[in-house]
Amino acid sequence: MEAWFALLVGIFFTVAVYLMLSKFIIRMLLGVAVLGNAVNLLIFTGGRLMREVPPVIVGDTEALVGPAANPLPQALILTAIVISFSFFAFLLVLSWRAYEDLETDNTDEMRVAEPKDEPAPPLGY
Amino acid sequence: MKSVIFRTVAPFLSSLMMLFSIFVLLRGHNEPGGGFIGGLIAVSALAIYGIANGVETVRRAILFHPMAIAGAGLLAATVAGLISLAAGVPFMTGLWIYPSALGVEIPLSTVMLFDTGVYLVVVGAISSVALSLEERGGE
Amino acid sequence: MAASTSPPVDFSAALVMAPTAPAEWLVILPVAWCLAIGALLVMLRRPIGLHPTIAVAGLVGLVVIDGLLLHQIVRHGPMTMMMGRWLPPFGIAFTADLMGALFALVAAIVALAAGIFSIADINDSGRRYGFYPLLMVLMAGVSGAFLTGDIFNLYVWFEVLLISSFGLLVLGSEREQIDASVKYGFLNLVATTLFLIATGYLYAVFGTLNMADIARKAEELRSIAPLMTLAGLYMLAFAMKAAAFPVNFWLPASYHTPRVVVSALFAGLLTKVGIYALIRVMVMLFPVEREELSFVLAIAGALTMFVGVFGALAQTDFRRLLGFLIISGIGSVFAGVAVGGPGGIGGAIFYSLHSMLVMTGLYFASGIAMRLGGSASIVTLSGLYRRNVGFAALTLMLCFAVSGLPPFSGFWPKVMLVKAALDIGAWWLAAALLIAGFLTTIATGRLFLLAYWRDGTTPAVNVAALPATTMAPLAALTLVALLIGLYPEPLLSAVQSAAAGLADPSAYEKSVFPGGRP
Repeated sequence: MEAWFALLVGIFFTVAVYLMLSKFIIRMLLGVAVLGNAVNLLIFTGGRLMREVPPVIVGDTEALVGPAANPLPQALILTAIVISFSFFAFLLVLSWRAYEDLETDNTDEMRVAEPKDEPAPPLGY
Repeated sequence: MKSVIFRTVAPFLSSLMMLFSIFVLLRGHNEPGGGFIGGLIAVSALAIYGIANGVETVRRAILFHPMAIAGAGLLAATVAGLISLAAGVPFMTGLWIYPSALGVEIPLSTVMLFDTGVYLVVVGAISSVALSLEERGGE
Repeated sequence: MAASTSPPVDFSAALVMAPTAPAEWLVILPVAWCLAIGALLVMLRRPIGLHPTIAVAGLVGLVVIDGLLLHQIVRHGPMTMMMGRWLPPFGIAFTADLMGALFALVAAIVALAAGIFSIADINDSGRRYGFYPLLMVLMAGVSGAFLTGDIFNLYVWFEVLLISSFGLLVLGSEREQIDASVKYGFLNLVATTLFLIATGYLYAVFGTLNMADIARKAEELRSIAPLMTLAGLYMLAFAMKAAAFPVNFWLPASYHTPRVVVSALFAGLLTKVGIYALIRVMVMLFPVEREELSFVLAIAGALTMFVGVFGALAQTDFRRLLGFLIISGIGSVFAGVAVGGPGGIGGAIFYSLHSMLVMTGLYFASGIAMRLGGSASIVTLSGLYRRNVGFAALTLMLCFAVSGLPPFSGFWPKVMLVKAALDIGAWWLAAALLIAGFLTTIATGRLFLLAYWRDGTTPAVNVAALPATTMAPLAALTLVALLIGLYPEPLLSAVQSAAAGLADPSAYEKSVFPGGRP
């Protein structure tokens, strides 16, 4: 089961990297969204997979009986989801602003912050 | 939004959702629920009210600026952790008191204060985004 | 829910039973304090004039707290507090050791200087936009990153400071800022995602996220698990955060666009958090892997130094030039991490602390220069020496400090690093350090010659007296750099014992697991 998930994670990463290598911001954004999901799935698989046994201590017992799903990766993923979601939201708004202000979504044309062609300063005075 | 049906129903729907969000927040300690999901429900209520009656009405109805609400939530969550200082236990340790009112025992805890803080942060932050989006869309 | 209805439970299996001493609160207080002040500032939306006062008071408090923390750690060794009383390694640990406390204190000093500088630099619209809350949340993230003892928690603090840095970077929403934020945002997102990927793998291998637990489990797992992959991933992620060559391109693309005070803050804090994480992970958690990767680190360090300093020589914009100088400094730190040993690691820590203070000071200087000369380009900027001699003197001292000339703070870490490199026979690395230092002298000399000494051809734009709140932080940071240069013994011994504490983390582990191995 883990092997299949590992393969799936690999496909996710491939898609994300391919999209993020694009020079158009909107594709990079899609890449970022896929990348976040790839990492979440990676953490989930890293915590080992287990079917349908919630880690709940039942009745009068004081500890878990038998194997159960690992709850920690789920907590980690929940954190990572919230963070990657807020990142995605920020970058989305930023890209929109960039598109409005710079009138392009092509990163090759985004050179406003780069140095302008200035004459070289004098070598002495 | 021009629809009369929607404008008539919206106040009832919003207030019901508000109540439900608080129910979900309080239920969260031992059963599914909690501050995060409760806050999201509350934001949806505000968003519905905003779509029906305009953003200005919502801003007036919640009294404070959304970001101020989020700040209050963050402060509540931090204070919830700092209360343990007085009890001599580490940061964020859950502390409980069980006062009785009218013969009913009411369990109160720092965990609940923290969760309320989360609720307020979610309400404040997301409604701030949602309201400004609605304002833009209405132009 | 009442406790009386359930049978007696043995809490000591899950909870820390020992009472918490008040001093232990110093470990968590920097974070909680910053968050509380930040939350308070978010709530105070109307009285916007109060923001600077509250924020500066809060930052003074932070410096005091971090100072007390450092004092406590120097006297009693590393301290740990388990969040929510849960036993390690299940709960999230906050563990402060000497390195973390040193970084936290210097970061607080830098932030205080920036807070004072911002009084004149941030106008009302910047305040309304939320500069001060973002500053406090940024400091919460930075302090959290320096003091946490849990690697996933480190990731969370990275994100906290990254999100607030986004807010600070776009403050003002000018076209250049939007452009720079796009590059900064995407590239930093990739870096932190790499960090998260590495942490996911680490959890899959170790089954724990507590750094003390990882450090002691690494020994037995080394033969059966691909720890080199983990170390390599972490190295790449933190190199990207620290802006080391060849993953440094986000820094010169963005650091010259925001408000001066924001640039100064970023210069002092952001890359250094990456450096801190690199040292913590490579030296404490994966020492054997660091040894094997040392050649890669050394090459990256040497190239970073030269890319930085040649970039600085080629720039005409004051702030872009400084951005490349930051990168050059990162290269020296990488060289120290590559060399290892108390000299190399101690030198790397010392150099980072020095760089935090001095680079922030230089960015303040660039802001004052822009105010006095009306331009940021050293093609047109001139005659600053005539306009304000005291300011020129302060800048010159900082230029000496960043070049590693005595008697300023940059000299001693350079000495440590060169000596450590020579001790292990890496003469070429020592030569690279010295040549890069020499070239830095030329780069800063060129800056000083053109912008300060050259006679003014442009008319004076703003000859009105500078407000004290812009000069005082610059003077204070220069004074600290000078004092460290004149009397380095306390800091030298502190960084050496910090490096020793990383090489042999038994004291760190003992503070997390007081009862020994469970």
